[in-house]
Amino acid sequence: MNPALWAAKTGLDAQQTRMSVTSNNLANVSTTGFKKGRAVFEDLLYQNVRQVGGSTSQDTMAPTGLSLGTGVRIVATEKSFTQGNLQQTGNSMDMAINGRGFFQVLLPDGTMGYTRDGDFEINAQGELVTQGSGFRVQPGIQIPDGVQSVTVGKDGVVTVQVAGQSAPTQIGSLQLVDFINPSGLQPRGENLYSESAASGSPQTGTPGLNGLGYIEQGSLEASNVNVVEELVTMIEAQRAYEMNSKAISTTDQMLAFLTQQL
Amino acid sequence: MDRFLYVSMSGAKETLRAQTANNHNLANASPTGFRADMSAFQTRAVAGSGYASRAYATNSTTGWDSTQGALVSTGRDLDVGINGSGWIAVMGKDGREAYTRAGDLRVDPTGMLMTGAGHQVMGEGGPISVPPNTSLSIGGDGTISVIPLGQGPETTSTVGRIKLVNPPDAEMTRGEDGLFRSTSGTDVPADASVRLATGSLETSNVNVADAMVNMIELSRRFDLQVKAMKTAEDNAAASAQLLRSSG
Repeated sequence: MNPALWAAKTGLDAQQTRMSVTSNNLANVSTTGFKKGRAVFEDLLYQNVRQVGGSTSQDTMAPTGLSLGTGVRIVATEKSFTQGNLQQTGNSMDMAINGRGFFQVLLPDGTMGYTRDGDFEINAQGELVTQGSGFRVQPGIQIPDGVQSVTVGKDGVVTVQVAGQSAPTQIGSLQLVDFINPSGLQPRGENLYSESAASGSPQTGTPGLNGLGYIEQGSLEASNVNVVEELVTMIEAQRAYEMNSKAISTTDQMLAFLTQQL
Repeated sequence: MDRFLYVSMSGAKETLRAQTANNHNLANASPTGFRADMSAFQTRAVAGSGYASRAYATNSTTGWDSTQGALVSTGRDLDVGINGSGWIAVMGKDGREAYTRAGDLRVDPTGMLMTGAGHQVMGEGGPISVPPNTSLSIGGDGTISVIPLGQGPETTSTVGRIKLVNPPDAEMTRGEDGLFRSTSGTDVPADASVRLATGSLETSNVNVADAMVNMIELSRRFDLQVKAMKTAEDNAAASAQLLRSSG
C-alpha cells in the first residue's frame, strides 16, 4: 500500500508506546524508589526516490532530489535515576539511599537484583528481607532475638541493642553497589533491576565512600515521577496520536476517491 | 486516449508522494531535535510533438526547516538543547562525522558519551570518554566537567568539549539514516559561538498546524487530479460513442 499510510501508522505506534511509558510512570507515582522512564524517539530511514545531484545531461545535474522519510520509531525507554524525595517514616527497617547506589538482594535463582526501594522487613529467621517478595538483602543481616532496637548507620553499619547489655553490638554492615551507567540496568519489576551488558558490572562499596550515597534509616525514597510533566506528556501524546490518525484517514479518503472515480 | 490523462496522473502520483513526506513530518512531531522535511513541486516540460503545452509535476525535497524547536526543561544533567543555530558532531555508522540536533546524551558502559540514538558524540579530538563520576555538568559552550568518583568538588576537572558546528544551512543535507552531513563531504570546523542550554531538550520543529493544513490541501489537490483523470475518461468515452453512432 502507499507509504503515506505507513509513515502515519509508525506515528500511531510510537505515540501509543509513549502513552504506555507515561501511564506506567503515573501508575507508579507512589511506588517507593521508582524511577521514571522516558521514551526516546528517532526518525526512521529515508528512501531516496530521486538522487540529488544526479546527471540530467553531460554537464548539468539535478539541483534537488526526492528523499521520502518512512516515519518514526521508539529506540529506547530510558530510566532517569534522579533522586526522589526522602520521606521520614520513623520505621527502623525503612532505609533510603541519599545519593548514588543500589541495595543488593539475592533472588531465588541465585542471581543478584538491585533496588532503590529500602522498605525492608524481618522474616521469621530474623533476616533482613524486601517487603514484597521477602528476598534476602546482601550481605545478609541476621537480627538476633530479644533486641530492643536496631540502628543502621549512614555508612551501613548495623548495630543492635540487646536487653541487659550496656554497649550496642555490631551485627554486620550493609553495602551498596554502583554502576557506571545505571540507565542501562534491566528493570524486572518488583522495584528490582538486573545487571545488563549496557549497565557495566556492579561496583560494591561502603555507603558514603567512592561516590556512593549514604543510607538514611527511618526514611524512604519516594518515586521521582513528576506528575505535572507526565500529564503534559500525555496531552502531547494524545494530540500527536489524533493527528497521525487524521493523516491515515485523509490518505484513505484520497485513495477511496481514486477508486470511486476511475 | 488524450495525453492529458498522463499529465493528471503525474500530478496525482506526486501529490501522494508529498502526502507521504507530510505524514512523515507528522509522525515525527515528537523526536528530540527533529528537523521537518520540506518539499516542493516543480514543473517538467514534456518534450514531444505538438505544442509545448504539457508539463509534468515532480515533487522534490527542497531541504529541511531550520526554525528552532521549543526548548523543554528536563533537569537531566546529560540533556542539552542547542539554543539558536548549530549542530552537535557525532560519529556516523560509516565512521565519518555526522551532525544532529538531538542532545539527549548518555554514557555507555565503556564510558563513551553517546546520543540517545546510539551515536558517539565527538569532542574536538575524537569521541569523548567520560570517567566514572559523582557529578557531571555540561557548560553552555559544550565543555564537560566532572567530579571524579569518590572525590570532592575541589577536584572538578574538564574531560572534553563537545564539538559544536555551525555551517550555513545550505551546506547541510540529511542522510538516509536521519543524520545530517555536509554536502562537501568534509568535516565542518568547530564553531565557538554555538550555545547549549543544559538540562533542556529541543523538541521537533514540525509545525503540526501547518502540517495538518498542508494535508488538507494535498488531499484536495489529489481529488482535483483524479477528477481530471475522470474527465479524460469521460471525453474518451464520448468520442468513442460519437464514432459508433455516426458509423
